[in-house]
Amino acid sequence: MTIKIAELSCGTEYSSVQHEIEKAALSVGAKMVYPDVSADDVDDAVKRFGFNPRSNQLKLMIARATSLADGKYDADAVFICTCFRCAEAALVRNELRRFIQDNTNLPVVTYSFTERLKAPQMLTRMEALVTIVSRKELLARERQTGLTAGLDSGSSTTKAVIMQDNKIIGKAWTTSGNVIESADQVLMEAMKQAGIELKDLEAIGTTGYGRYTLGKHYNAKLVQEELTVNSKGAVWLANKQRGEATILDIGGMDNKAITVRDGVPDNFTMGGICAGASGRFLEMTAKRMKVDIEDLGPLAMKGDWRNAKMNSYCSIFGIQDLVTQLGEGKTFEDVAAAACHSVAEQVYEQQLQEIDIRHPIIQVGGTSLISGLVKAVGEILGELPIVPPDSQYIGAVGGALLSSGFL
Amino acid sequence: MKVFIDPPNSLVLFDIVERFGHEPLSAMAAIQEKIDNLEIDMPPMNMTLDDVVRGLKYAGVEVPSGIRGRLAMWGPMIEEADAAIIMDDAPYSFGCVGCERSNEMLKYLIKKRNIPILHVVYPSDEEDAKNFVISAKEFLEGLSK
Repeated sequence: MTIKIAELSCGTEYSSVQHEIEKAALSVGAKMVYPDVSADDVDDAVKRFGFNPRSNQLKLMIARATSLADGKYDADAVFICTCFRCAEAALVRNELRRFIQDNTNLPVVTYSFTERLKAPQMLTRMEALVTIVSRKELLARERQTGLTAGLDSGSSTTKAVIMQDNKIIGKAWTTSGNVIESADQVLMEAMKQAGIELKDLEAIGTTGYGRYTLGKHYNAKLVQEELTVNSKGAVWLANKQRGEATILDIGGMDNKAITVRDGVPDNFTMGGICAGASGRFLEMTAKRMKVDIEDLGPLAMKGDWRNAKMNSYCSIFGIQDLVTQLGEGKTFEDVAAAACHSVAEQVYEQQLQEIDIRHPIIQVGGTSLISGLVKAVGEILGELPIVPPDSQYIGAVGGALLSSGFL
Repeated sequence: MKVFIDPPNSLVLFDIVERFGHEPLSAMAAIQEKIDNLEIDMPPMNMTLDDVVRGLKYAGVEVPSGIRGRLAMWGPMIEEADAAIIMDDAPYSFGCVGCERSNEMLKYLIKKRNIPILHVVYPSDEEDAKNFVISAKEFLEGLSK
């Protein structure tokens, strides 16, 4: 079955990225489709929508969204994208996302592109849309069964989890080096903890950047992108399988904010243009301060971000801010707090604006172990996020949980 | 003479310019060139990254890529034009470039050329339509061929 992803876009052809979007969709077994509308439909749709943009391509986007909302055009998912830095389009893009969510059950993802967009950058998002549509039953799975392993090959760390009968019986992580060697190392450690051997495993699930390589290497039953896998792992770990929640994963290379309903994701945003908003920036901060990354959180908890100015979008300029603040004699505690606040603020400004936050907020991933960052996110959102136990293992737990669905 | 038309994909304006013996500079010509010469068979607008980068001649990198791509397509035609006909307040069904900021920049680039320009407003009734054709005819006949 080919998944049909309706494209509502402005500027893709003129930015030379339309072909890349179509290529990404094709590579995950989907195809981009374009809801048919007549010229007469456009004015009516704009009037009904209530936002009358000056640009005609945006009017066409509104008409196409209305066609989907009215069920006149059949699609499985929606991809809304416009040019990066276009204010008019940004307003329309976000309101159309809400309109689609209010009027359809279609999963939707938004994106703002530059002319440098290439298909691989879109792959995870497209794959997640396809997974949400085509693996609904698998994603609804709430309990792990049998003896399974999950491997999460992330940009910064590689994690392994062994699960048996809905319990974690082994876990290990290491910094990512060679994809297979890192995975072998953590899998061996986790299996040793669990007291099992590789031949005992009934299924393996892989996720993260190295998922395809690991999937092939271990003959995994599940090879799936990290957006859906992580969200399943997060709700399982937080015991929030029912109702609504927002999963926030500030990663080493990119950040994910995912809204879920009954454990199944329905909207997500994934950013990664500026490293100033990533876990990598906190690693750089810790290194420059000559403290272990594990100590950065407790340091930040003792400091006050208001005493040190750090709010650069760019990690390089961010480190310049850091050097300046330290040079001015600011305390390590205040500087650590300012670095955490800077990351949290940017995640809020750049990503959380693109989804409607649902409660509770579950913060996961390796950076959720940095207490100062969790505090900063809580201050900005007005609600302290839940950090479940083993929150850095979400991808591996999700992999073990979902792969048991193939037994 | 080479007459740039705005909206650049208006078939009506294209036809009028051609009927009165001039060469219309339009989106259709640019697209045709892309199909014929570059063997890109995905009309209408399969721009390349190089095209968008060429748009930096007209607008800085902080300007959205879709605008730079549009300017890269029509900017050179404006530079080449000896005259221009601009239709103001045209509905999208008459032809459009899709992006209002690009429209504004195109009009500005035309104005900066200091070439003969005919500004017409989209006709609201038959009488207006006749007047539009008459004024276009007079303008085009006044241009040396």
